[in-house]
Amino acid sequence: MGSTLIDAEDLARTATEVDGTHPERAVGWERKAQGLCRDDVCVPVPPGDLDLAGVAAALGRPLVVDEEAGVAAMGASPETRRRPLADGVAPDFTLPDLTGRDWTLSQFRGTKVVLYAYASW
Amino acid sequence: MELAPEGLTVLTVAFDNDPEDARPWIERANPTHPSLIDTNYVLADLYNMVNVPTVVWIDEEGQIVRPNDVFFVTDTYSALTGFRPEKPIEALRAWVTGTGPAVSGEAASARPPQPTERDQLARAHFALGWWLAQQGRRDEAEPHLARAGELAPHDFTIRRGSMRVRGKDPAGPEFFEMVADWTHSGHDYYAPLPDLASES
Repeated sequence: MGSTLIDAEDLARTATEVDGTHPERAVGWERKAQGLCRDDVCVPVPPGDLDLAGVAAALGRPLVVDEEAGVAAMGASPETRRRPLADGVAPDFTLPDLTGRDWTLSQFRGTKVVLYAYASW
Repeated sequence: MELAPEGLTVLTVAFDNDPEDARPWIERANPTHPSLIDTNYVLADLYNMVNVPTVVWIDEEGQIVRPNDVFFVTDTYSALTGFRPEKPIEALRAWVTGTGPAVSGEAASARPPQPTERDQLARAHFALGWWLAQQGRRDEAEPHLARAGELAPHDFTIRRGSMRVRGKDPAGPEFFEMVADWTHSGHDYYAPLPDLASES
């Protein structure tokens, strides 16, 4: 049965339909002989096909499955989020302004930046 | 923020359901700095921001030199938070002009707060609930929003963002009740880093 997976590590919060085969592809990984791979990184996994829970476990990422709603979300691993913060590195991001123009934090390298997060509520 | 000394970039980011919610705020302020919209709370996830407003100071090399801190531009919430803007604004000017540190005293050892496994599980529930709510599936969203708040009761970005989905006012009576419950159980609400905190 198909369901929707929200990739909550991805800043665009991509929602992908997954049908049970190769669920790793929905979060941008490929199954290879070495394990789960993305770019130059591979993570070892047990033999055999992985289900969504197996992918989440291998990547150390939290998974929430709502079977009734037919939706799941895989969050960012604590390790992925901790690493830059532990090194004091400002995590990079790209977000739009009201006109739809995208801005990226790292484009301001070379100036001091005050990042101010608020909510209109 | 009417404060953009030479060499400082101010970037504001609004957490909102819809860019249109932020539009009147941004247009009223008529800022000269980039005013960004984050409809998915991704900045809160990246920087482990557990309340708003939150400010982070970043140097020329992209290093966080003053981690997540309370910062209100006005003193609207002074009574609740004890926050007053004068000292932080003075300190910001000094840092930008190279005449003062970004952090001092015991705050100098402060590191950006780092998320636990539980925090990230809470954010996964919130992401799922948020997505469902944006699809108009509020009843299905609710258990995930509730679970996120249970897992991370200190995360007021999640808890107040969830109130917004429920049609409650995140700065209204339910919010003040939430804060009262939190402080009565012995927790600090949204404590600023000590060096720029106002004398109470």
